[in-house]
Amino acid sequence: MAVAPVLTILIALPLAAAALLAAVPDGGGRRDAFVRRFALGASLAELAAALWAWSRFDASQPGFQMVERADWIPSFGIQYAVGVDGISLFLVVLTGFLTPLALLGSWRSVHKKVKAFSVFMLVLESAMVGVFLALDMFLFYVFWDAMLIPMYFLIGVWGYERRVYAAVKFILFTMAGSVLMLVAILTVAYLHSAATGAYSFGYEAWLRLALPKGTQVWLFLAFAVAFAIKVPLFPFHTWLPDAHVEAPTAGSVILAGVLLKMGTYGLLRFAFPLFPQAAAEFAPALAVLAVVGIVYGALVAMVQPDLKKLVAYSSVSHLGFVVLGIAAMNVQGVQGAVYQMLNHGVSTGALFLIVGMLSDRRHTRLIAEFGGLKHVMPRLVAAFFVITLSSIGLPGLNGFVGEFLILLGAFRWNPWLAAAAASGVILSAVYMLWMFQRVNYGSVTNPKNEGLPDMDRREGWVLVPAIAMAVFMGVAPWVFLRPMTPAVERIVSRMAEAEPARAGTAPGREPGPADVPAALAVTGVEEEPGPSGPR
Amino acid sequence: MSSVSTIGQVLNGIVPVMCVTLAGIACMLAEAFRRRGERMPIGGLGLIGLAGAGASAVLLWGRRAGCLGVAEADDFGLFVQLVLVGIGVLTIVFSSDAVEREGLPAGEYYALTMFALAGMMLMAVATDLLVIFLALEVFSLALYAMTGLRRRVYASAEGAFKYFILGGFSSAFFLYGVAFAFGLSGSTHLDRLAAHVQAHAPAGGLLLLVAMGLLLAGFAFKVAAVPFHMWTPDAYESAPTVVTGFMSTAVKAAAFAAFIRVFLHAFGPLRADWLPVVWVLAICTMILGSVVGVVQVNLKRMLAYSSIAHGGYLLVALASGDEVGRAAILFYLVVYAVTNVGAFAVIALLDSREAPMLTLDDYRGLWHRSPFLSGMLAVFLLSLGGFPPFAGFVAKWYVFTAAVRADQYALAIVGVLTSVVSVFFYLRIIVMMYMADKAAEAAPAALPRVPKPAAAALWLSVAALLYLGVLPTRVVEIAARAVASVF
Repeated sequence: MAVAPVLTILIALPLAAAALLAAVPDGGGRRDAFVRRFALGASLAELAAALWAWSRFDASQPGFQMVERADWIPSFGIQYAVGVDGISLFLVVLTGFLTPLALLGSWRSVHKKVKAFSVFMLVLESAMVGVFLALDMFLFYVFWDAMLIPMYFLIGVWGYERRVYAAVKFILFTMAGSVLMLVAILTVAYLHSAATGAYSFGYEAWLRLALPKGTQVWLFLAFAVAFAIKVPLFPFHTWLPDAHVEAPTAGSVILAGVLLKMGTYGLLRFAFPLFPQAAAEFAPALAVLAVVGIVYGALVAMVQPDLKKLVAYSSVSHLGFVVLGIAAMNVQGVQGAVYQMLNHGVSTGALFLIVGMLSDRRHTRLIAEFGGLKHVMPRLVAAFFVITLSSIGLPGLNGFVGEFLILLGAFRWNPWLAAAAASGVILSAVYMLWMFQRVNYGSVTNPKNEGLPDMDRREGWVLVPAIAMAVFMGVAPWVFLRPMTPAVERIVSRMAEAEPARAGTAPGREPGPADVPAALAVTGVEEEPGPSGPR
Repeated sequence: MSSVSTIGQVLNGIVPVMCVTLAGIACMLAEAFRRRGERMPIGGLGLIGLAGAGASAVLLWGRRAGCLGVAEADDFGLFVQLVLVGIGVLTIVFSSDAVEREGLPAGEYYALTMFALAGMMLMAVATDLLVIFLALEVFSLALYAMTGLRRRVYASAEGAFKYFILGGFSSAFFLYGVAFAFGLSGSTHLDRLAAHVQAHAPAGGLLLLVAMGLLLAGFAFKVAAVPFHMWTPDAYESAPTVVTGFMSTAVKAAAFAAFIRVFLHAFGPLRADWLPVVWVLAICTMILGSVVGVVQVNLKRMLAYSSIAHGGYLLVALASGDEVGRAAILFYLVVYAVTNVGAFAVIALLDSREAPMLTLDDYRGLWHRSPFLSGMLAVFLLSLGGFPPFAGFVAKWYVFTAAVRADQYALAIVGVLTSVVSVFFYLRIIVMMYMADKAAEAAPAALPRVPKPAAAALWLSVAALLYLGVLPTRVVEIAARAVASVF
């Protein structure tokens, strides 16, 4: 076949660019400018490649597409295997979308060691794309762990005051979870060899493996804890505020925009479908934790004096919605979860960029230090406003679609949880709008805020794409929802097959999940733009 | 068959060992004939010997050449020998500068290195308990002397003395075990011991257990398994840094080769008896090595505890006991050798008597002073910590695969968790180098220049770590075949 290996190109392109950059000798200001441009160019090329992959994607197929396979360590059945389906495709596109914004957003704020910064950003991008594309669990784990190193350096070298603490906490928390997942991965590979006579780390091969429920429970827990730390789900979230707050702007954008999604992606792609019976058993617990996270994150965000910390806790809340949608395991819930992952990436990424712009100007992120910015920099505040509304989930903007679908799915599964989660929607309006009011409205009380420059052209190039995307995703969700539907249905129907009892335990009113998804999938998708469109 | 060719064939199996021994003698003679102040490339003699050893090991591959029935150059032993040759080459390349800077007696240093390597390489192929003991003593004596090579440094003598006393004690244990084994089976040859054990398994009898226990204590001392590790931090700290890198890797390689032969081959049928002991040793070693490493501020001590922890991972593979475990040990030894020798080499290249670079604080802001060396050290540390895409990850993966296969879940779980703990102290060094603010003093002393060969060797090591981390297939298969052809 003369088809270009798109996915390998997607993984290799940033890596190759990073290698080239690393070979550039260290130098002064002019060379830094070149390095910045080169890195930005490489990340834009990666975005183009991601869009190219999208253009070649067949939206009607549920399975993996553009699959590439090559033997890696044959004696253990380890392959280099990559592929996309409707879920991972958009996460890759999101990664490609956010990385240039993050690079452009830190154009001025990163002064020292620009080359190393750019190299780490590109290596990180490569590893993130690899995580979403890997179809071999060994390969997945390699990317999953390899991604920690550049992120660790980004936080630890270019971060704020307590950066070292945050960086070490980030890496140790994540590792503590993921090493247990490694043992679980090795166990499944071994069970595969015991069952079929050959080792395999292939995702598709593992899906065919029928594991007894007792085994599934342990394996699921190992996977789920690793992913829950990454998400982060409520009791595992303590690394997140530190890492988000201390990371440089670009780090926060990538951390919130993409890295957290690896946790939810892992739950959706691996933990649930691979161990469906155990997942069904633990889904209510996960959902409860998710709802606790939604409310807790929102409440804690409300009282934060620090803008960045507020956004960080809002991530805990938003990601709680995603986990709730996944735990509901019906088409609406899962679609909403995936959509919310994308939304959160766009909105929170943009919020961090804005906070970064404010902090670049004032070297503080305390809400109390600001006030009345509307009079000083009307354009930046206008952008801030749109992004704030998108984060709250105003109909017509992206946040609404995801939250609505999740709540719909959760309601069909367990109305009580959905009701409790819905309070998070209100709370998010409270903390976001209150913050927005304190920062931007009123009169300029702090003389240091007078005469701050408004959004310049570079910042415009950073924020306008994000705003455009927020609006586009709000008014035309089917562009994203339709291609992901087959893949979502595939996972949901797998869960339904494995656990027919699910219908009995859930207080939902549907006759039986097995026959529902296909029917509701259509309505769920088609109806969705309705309520959000006209407003 | 004429008697001449018989003698030739009889010695085939130890040709690599002889090459290294001759090189050691040549080093010694060169030193003896060296005029005061005359410069002589003595290390080059060692390299020639090692090249010969490496070439002959490759030529012997797959032939199972024996030697008088007490040594057998099977693929497993040859693999370990090649690892040892690699360690030797790296050590010599990294030494050239340090020997001069630390004022070590060059002739003695290289001769002792060669003799130590000869002993280790003999140990890797020995199939007779007495020869194993002989080899053990050969390399141990050389190492005691190397530890105390900095004659004017008080701590060096102290460490060497401790090492010597405790090492002599453990050798005595080992020899006592050999005596028991001989008394029971009427032979010191591993095959006949194995036949005896086979005949008396599973109830081995008390005396057999005593013999096994004594041998186990001897090995555990050499691989620095907890609680036989007490000598390690002191010896590692007091030895010249290049020597530390050498002995932390080479001893483990040699000792594990013999450990595998004795316990997985000869005492294999009694696995149920020794497994609990090795299991406890592995757990204690991993936990103590990584936990105590966290509180160290001296880099050499920190890496000493790290290498104790790595000995624990090797014990995990040993405890799993099947062919995957053995191959995992071989692969791990390769990776660990490259990584640890490299890490100590960076310290040796940085450290000088005028401006010591031994405590964590000395590494503050090293990135700004030497991006090259700090980058290299960071790679070695990340590989030790088991991060992909470096080889340390694949090595750990292999070991834990073996553990899971053998249903040793507890070992695997303790192993991965302790590796997280150990990541903490590897990261401490990286934090100091990259993230800490620059040192308060205005102008820290200039760092010594990195000699070209050493820089090339460092690049080569990093390339090897990336190769083994990204494309481990070839070496993994070679290790698996080496094991499969023997056991």
